[in-house]
Amino acid sequence: MLALSDYLVLSALLFSIGMAGIFLNRKNAIVLLMSIELILLAVNFNFIAFSHFLGDIHGQVFVFFILTVAAAESAIGLAILVVLFRNRDTINVGDLDSMKG
Amino acid sequence: MKSIYLLVVLAPLLGAAVAGLAGHVIGRNNAHRLTVGAVAISALLSLFVLYQHVWGGVGPFNETIYRWASVGALNFEVGFLVDRLTALMMVVVTSVSLAVHVYTIGYMHDDPGYQRFFSYINLFTFSMLMLVMANNFLQLFFGWEAVGLVSYLLIGFWYRKETAIVANLKAFLVNRVGDFGFLLGIAAVLMYYKSLDYAEVFAAATAAPTMTLSIFGTEALVATVGALLLFIGAMGKSAQVPLHVWLPDSMEGPTPISALIHAATMVTAGIFLVARMSPIFELSETALSVVLVLGAITALFMGLVGLVQTDIKRVIAYSTLSQLGYMFVALGASAYAAGVFHLMTHAFFKALLFLGAGAVIIALHHEQDMRKMGNLRRYLPMTHITMLLGTLALVGTPFFSGYYSKDVIIEAVHAADRFGAQFAWWAVLLGVFITALYSFRLYFLVFWGEERLDPKAKAHITHLPRYVLPVMQWPLVALAIPSVVIGYLTIEPMLFGDFFANSIVVNPANDVLAKKGADFHGPFAFGLHAAVNPAFWLTVAGAATAWFFYIYRPQWLPAINQRAAGLVWVLKHQYGFDALYRVVFAGGGRWIGQALWRGGDQRVIDGLIVNGTARTIGRVAGALRGVQSGYLYHYAFVMIVGLLLLLTLFVGSWRGWF
Repeated sequence: MLALSDYLVLSALLFSIGMAGIFLNRKNAIVLLMSIELILLAVNFNFIAFSHFLGDIHGQVFVFFILTVAAAESAIGLAILVVLFRNRDTINVGDLDSMKG
Repeated sequence: MKSIYLLVVLAPLLGAAVAGLAGHVIGRNNAHRLTVGAVAISALLSLFVLYQHVWGGVGPFNETIYRWASVGALNFEVGFLVDRLTALMMVVVTSVSLAVHVYTIGYMHDDPGYQRFFSYINLFTFSMLMLVMANNFLQLFFGWEAVGLVSYLLIGFWYRKETAIVANLKAFLVNRVGDFGFLLGIAAVLMYYKSLDYAEVFAAATAAPTMTLSIFGTEALVATVGALLLFIGAMGKSAQVPLHVWLPDSMEGPTPISALIHAATMVTAGIFLVARMSPIFELSETALSVVLVLGAITALFMGLVGLVQTDIKRVIAYSTLSQLGYMFVALGASAYAAGVFHLMTHAFFKALLFLGAGAVIIALHHEQDMRKMGNLRRYLPMTHITMLLGTLALVGTPFFSGYYSKDVIIEAVHAADRFGAQFAWWAVLLGVFITALYSFRLYFLVFWGEERLDPKAKAHITHLPRYVLPVMQWPLVALAIPSVVIGYLTIEPMLFGDFFANSIVVNPANDVLAKKGADFHGPFAFGLHAAVNPAFWLTVAGAATAWFFYIYRPQWLPAINQRAAGLVWVLKHQYGFDALYRVVFAGGGRWIGQALWRGGDQRVIDGLIVNGTARTIGRVAGALRGVQSGYLYHYAFVMIVGLLLLLTLFVGSWRGWF
């Protein structure tokens, strides 16, 4: 039987991979979206693990909401990416520094 | 009498205003007619006033003419106090001024600033009269500053000449030092005697002779402090050591004003002041000792400097310093009448000497170097005779006016029993020798010996316009007469009679003149007394020495100069006063200014505060700008880190980690 901490470690690993994906990525904005999905998955994992071990169904309900929102967010993110590519001819993260002070 | 006093004062003011403001409208001739006329009116009325006061039985006049302002119990007023002292000063001022006015017609004949000059000297006459006729300290101060202003304007009369501008600035600045003391003195008088009016102040001072005040933690007599502060003012105006440095340089101005302002009248304002303040000075032995010692130092040491000067006017200027020292010695010995007496005789013969020197200078086309003169008695016989009379009066030849005034000072200081009197006696006695030496040195160098003229000067002297010299020479004659006889005529009433009556107050214990009066048997006997008088023999020795070295054996001079090179060097540098002031005060002032400018203004205010603020903001912004890279993932990272920190804090405080 797997213990709660095993789930949490997996969740933390997923989160860390997502974070690393965001920070180490220098090339592709799509990788950013994928990393964000990973972080959301890590959060979902936590919800499910706690929900199961605490015997509370609310956590799993939340996961459905989050998955829905994540799907919508991905769609919007990809749409933004398309528009971005049209405008700048690139989705290279290193080139997107127009917020530089 | 009130309207006469007013007229005496206002006539020159009117002349000054018209000649100054409308000088170009009325033209040169009308300008001098008007101003000379104004001063002539003043002079005649002054004589009338003196006559009325001495023989006409008119008592002292002390009235307010105009109230300018009133603050609480304090009144600022214009008022006249005319007693015999004032009347005498009025006559001296206006008569010398009249002679100088007439003389100026010749001296400034070719000058483009003709009307301006007349306007200034008329204004000076007005200011000086306001000074001597004041009945309160405020008006005294007004006159004091007004004569200082005119002196400044006239020293720098030739305003394109750089040395003149430097000299008038110097005179102005040095006089500010004196005025600083003077103003503090007036403030002290006002604070402790509660009035600015002479009569009230003197009454208050006499009523409380032992009143003390605390200054720098020590108790001092109010009279001492007040008298010393007023004396600092007198030192500035009357050019006493150490505030004497401006007077020799003031010779940069035209010669008539050297005669009028820097020899006869303005510089004697300090003597008049001390004589007028005699009720206050009499209360303080200390103040009188200071006056005595400083006067003695000036009398002796400034005379010595006169020995090495080559500029004819500077010799007379140093002589003036020395004679002013004599007057202060007399005042310091409580012989106020003798000081004023010497002031009067000195005004005549010193104005005469200056005007004579001016005639020589004009005749030689503005040559002032005595080394380029010599044997001028052939060309300027009248100037020669009058200057000889002036010189004889200055050195104290028996029966000449200078003899009486100077000899009385020497005897008075000998009889005085006061700290410094012994030193002062030696100083003035030696000073007699020095006086004779430099006076006859000047006389022989200018009028005798071989002719050392420049060709240009020689051409000028032989082609001088006929009318220039006469108009300059008549004032010389007019001044030569009183220079010779006035001492003989007036010594008895002025010094040993009760001429000054109540205008000068002397403590009976200090009254050296009264002591001397017992030995006085008329002016003629006093003159004969010269034969057994060391001062007279010192005069003869001085004159003989001058004759020996400048006429008989002039070839010995270079050797003597070489032997005494050190002494000559010291004298030529005026004991280093100028250098000291230049380095310490002028240099120090510049240094402080530089330091404040560089350090205070440029570094602290501009560098640190104004530009520093801007620079700091720029630097901080520059550092912060690096954080704002524009990359999304940096911002996200910062957010995560912040989240972690907050989480740690939150959880930590919940679990009690900290």
